Amino acid sequence: MTTTAKLTKKDFQSDADPRWCPGCGDYSILAQVQTVLPELGIPREKFVFVSGIGCSSRFPYYMNTYGFHTIHGRAPAIATGLKMSRPDLSVWMVTGDGDALSIGGNHFIHLMRRNVDLKVLLFNNRIYGLTKGQYSPTSELGKKTKSTPAGSIDAPFNPLHVALGANASFVARSIDVEPKHLQQTLARAAAHKGTAFVEIMQNCNVFNDGAWEHITEKSVKDTAQVRLEHGKPLLFAKGTKGIRLNGFTPEVVTLGENGVTEKDILVHDEKAAPSLSMLISELMAPHFPTPIGVFRAIERPVHHELDQAQLAAAQEKKGPGDLHKLLHSGDTWTVS
Amino acid sequence: MDTQPRPSSPGQKPVTEIPAVTIRFVGDSGDGMQLTGLEFTRATAIAGNDLQTFPDYPAEIRAPAGTLPGVSGFQIHFSSEPVFTPGDQPDVLVVMNPAALKTNLKDLVPGGTLIINTGAFIETNLQKAGYKTNPLTDGSLASYKLHEVDITKLTELALKDSGLNAKEVGRAKNMFALGMMLWMYGRPTEPTMRYLKEKFSTKPDILAGNERALRAGYNYGETAELFGVTYQVKRAAITPGTYRNVTGNEATAWGILAATKLSGLNGFLGSYPITPASDILHELSKHKNFGFTTFQAEDEIAAMCAAVGAAFGGTLAFTTSSGPGIALKQEAIGLALMTELPVVIINVQRGGPSTGLPTKTEQADLLQAIYGRNGEAPVPVIAASSPSDCFEATIEAARIAVRYMTPVFLLTDGYIANGQEPWLIPDVKALKPIDVKFRTDPNNFFVYQRHQDTLARDWVKPGTPGLEHRIGGLEKDKLTGGVSYDPDNHDTMVRLRAEKVARIAQDIPPTQVHGGAEGDVLVVGWGGTHGAIYTAVTQLRAKGKAVSSVHLRHLNPLPPDLGTILKRFKTVVVPELNLGQLQKILRSTYLVDAKSINKVQGKPFKVSELVSRIGEFC
Repeated sequence: MTTTAKLTKKDFQSDADPRWCPGCGDYSILAQVQTVLPELGIPREKFVFVSGIGCSSRFPYYMNTYGFHTIHGRAPAIATGLKMSRPDLSVWMVTGDGDALSIGGNHFIHLMRRNVDLKVLLFNNRIYGLTKGQYSPTSELGKKTKSTPAGSIDAPFNPLHVALGANASFVARSIDVEPKHLQQTLARAAAHKGTAFVEIMQNCNVFNDGAWEHITEKSVKDTAQVRLEHGKPLLFAKGTKGIRLNGFTPEVVTLGENGVTEKDILVHDEKAAPSLSMLISELMAPHFPTPIGVFRAIERPVHHELDQAQLAAAQEKKGPGDLHKLLHSGDTWTVS
Repeated sequence: MDTQPRPSSPGQKPVTEIPAVTIRFVGDSGDGMQLTGLEFTRATAIAGNDLQTFPDYPAEIRAPAGTLPGVSGFQIHFSSEPVFTPGDQPDVLVVMNPAALKTNLKDLVPGGTLIINTGAFIETNLQKAGYKTNPLTDGSLASYKLHEVDITKLTELALKDSGLNAKEVGRAKNMFALGMMLWMYGRPTEPTMRYLKEKFSTKPDILAGNERALRAGYNYGETAELFGVTYQVKRAAITPGTYRNVTGNEATAWGILAATKLSGLNGFLGSYPITPASDILHELSKHKNFGFTTFQAEDEIAAMCAAVGAAFGGTLAFTTSSGPGIALKQEAIGLALMTELPVVIINVQRGGPSTGLPTKTEQADLLQAIYGRNGEAPVPVIAASSPSDCFEATIEAARIAVRYMTPVFLLTDGYIANGQEPWLIPDVKALKPIDVKFRTDPNNFFVYQRHQDTLARDWVKPGTPGLEHRIGGLEKDKLTGGVSYDPDNHDTMVRLRAEKVARIAQDIPPTQVHGGAEGDVLVVGWGGTHGAIYTAVTQLRAKGKAVSSVHLRHLNPLPPDLGTILKRFKTVVVPELNLGQLQKILRSTYLVDAKSINKVQGKPFKVSELVSRIGEFC
């Protein structure tokens, strides 16, 4: 009795009431995930949400799927064990900037290098929320928090750099307050085979309000964001400006000025060498618009498929495991 | 079985019959002593003796050649009687270089036999070993039966015109030494020949060289005037059946495969390389045709976490490590017990604390296993008592894990993990299946509803329609499994988790007492000390002492009849390779004034030291 009837958003809402702070960006992300999942054609019981610790990691409780709220930073390792042993499941991992990039940094990079077939949603609010406001590994230099009253002296990570550096096969960025874009990005991630990493810029209205307003505010977003589309030029400000490469250095140019035409603008290629996605991921406010969308989407061998292929090859070569034969292998002798 | 080649006229020299002998092969770690020992073991087992072995090698892969830290040794104890230990002290020491003599001579029995490769006793090697004068000529070895053999030169002569280079010839001298020892104890060379053929199947020159060195050593023993006699250790009276040699780590790996088969589940091992546990990972990785997945994780934490993830998916999951790795896994073990998922955690104990003594043995992780997590976090703990016992113990650990839905610790140690003994191969068909039932019925499903007899919750595989649920490390509602901060619920859950583990006692068979059911002294041991304790108690009883012993497999919970047994003896003595960890538990559990016998030298107990120290209480 698999759930073959058409699923709806409601089917994915659990009976637990979300307990994030009123106004938290997580509510929107939850709603978009619950909107996208019914469209994937996967029975509900095949979904598993695995999370670590932090505000974002409460996520599985609110999804009416299988879920595992694990321990701080370890969701990638737990999800890897789950996916290796149960390739039939659609495993989604929810994590935050502290969970993934600080305490779980090691697991996070190894997940990507292995290309484990997981959908990874990193809610980046640049702060520790659940522990009530300490700086995180994505907090900006000089950030004043409870644990850094004189300002943070730790340079932040760019989560996309980390993912690309670890050779993630799918890397994207979206925003909590952009439902349509987030839905599209989640759908792309869901369709990807291998680790699909999505950074979701998310506001913490209690401990880091306005974390991304310089990018997401309606009044600035046209100039503060550039939407990435495969095969399309990096244009923004309603198509009046674009990103041009001057050697290896990106620069903002205005179309029509100094003879600049659309042909001069850098064209996005999700399948290009990682150096291009890395370069685009370095575009940041205030000097550049922040790129939103899919940075990289390539095909490379998927972890559990390699594992399954080895198991199958061994069985083909040696026949199915025979315990009696194994115990009697090598030198034996009989006492009568 | 006695089909060994006798290249020239046999029976030239008189044969002396002896009941038991302990031989130690020692040399530089580059001299191939482990291989020599293992091959001698193979031949000895096939000749029908009971035996135990113990390798002793340095932590460094290759300490500088000829130095004291670079010495590697392999000890074998074989007998026509049952053997439970690798022997206290060697009767025979086969020495390949000065450093090996320096570090091992003190262990040789007074007046014991010394076979020395004189070719290695050159000035530079003597200096590296810290000898001011050559022990071969300064008279310091006068009290031993010294046999000087220039193994280096004899091997070179044997391999002249073999086409091998000097380095390859040097490597073959262990085969010469092996050949000589095989002759001395009337052992067949065929098993080693078979092994060499397999190992060097693609290198015919090396194969021929090693075979030639082995034969040369064998023939040298027979023809040289050096050795007056050969020795015969008669076949032991052994239970009929088919045997093989097995190390503890091999038996553990095969126990994992067996448990997986018996459960009918898919198997998963999450592991991270660590001495002395890595061989379990290696062995399992060889047998992917069992459909068993091995995962070398990025660290110890991930190895445990991946096992927890696999268990959540309905797989029989294991992790293998040693003390420092276990310390890293503890938080995730806590998660497994909170979410009540079955995972077997295998700790091949080594000398601690911290990095400690990676290649040496110890039993100092018992309290870590029982208590080493935050909160009231009970985990069942069992221990294996010998190399071959690791097989049964691993299956037992998996059985408990699945039946009670809990992580389970299996403790082995470096001594039994690397030690080898003959094993009566069990009849695979006679092994009891491990009963696993996944819940599929969505009616009246509550995630933490428990079975009355075991207090275990249902195991549900993700992918089962209608049973979608969430679990995690936060405290659970006692029925629904939802997050609960209710004070009474927490109190109930803490007690339920403790009671669940305590109930495992109902499955523990009656405790076997070795010796009389009551008396003056009861020796209580656990883990890899079984052989030494058993033998020491047997010897003391032969002297008329009213001493008995029990050896515990189940350490948490303890066997239900143990308290009664302790009361039947005037004194309880607990020998351990730690500072008294089981002693503490026995004292606090039974209010008994248990005495401790401790040793923390990274080495197993000797029978003689236990005889003398237990003897103090009789």
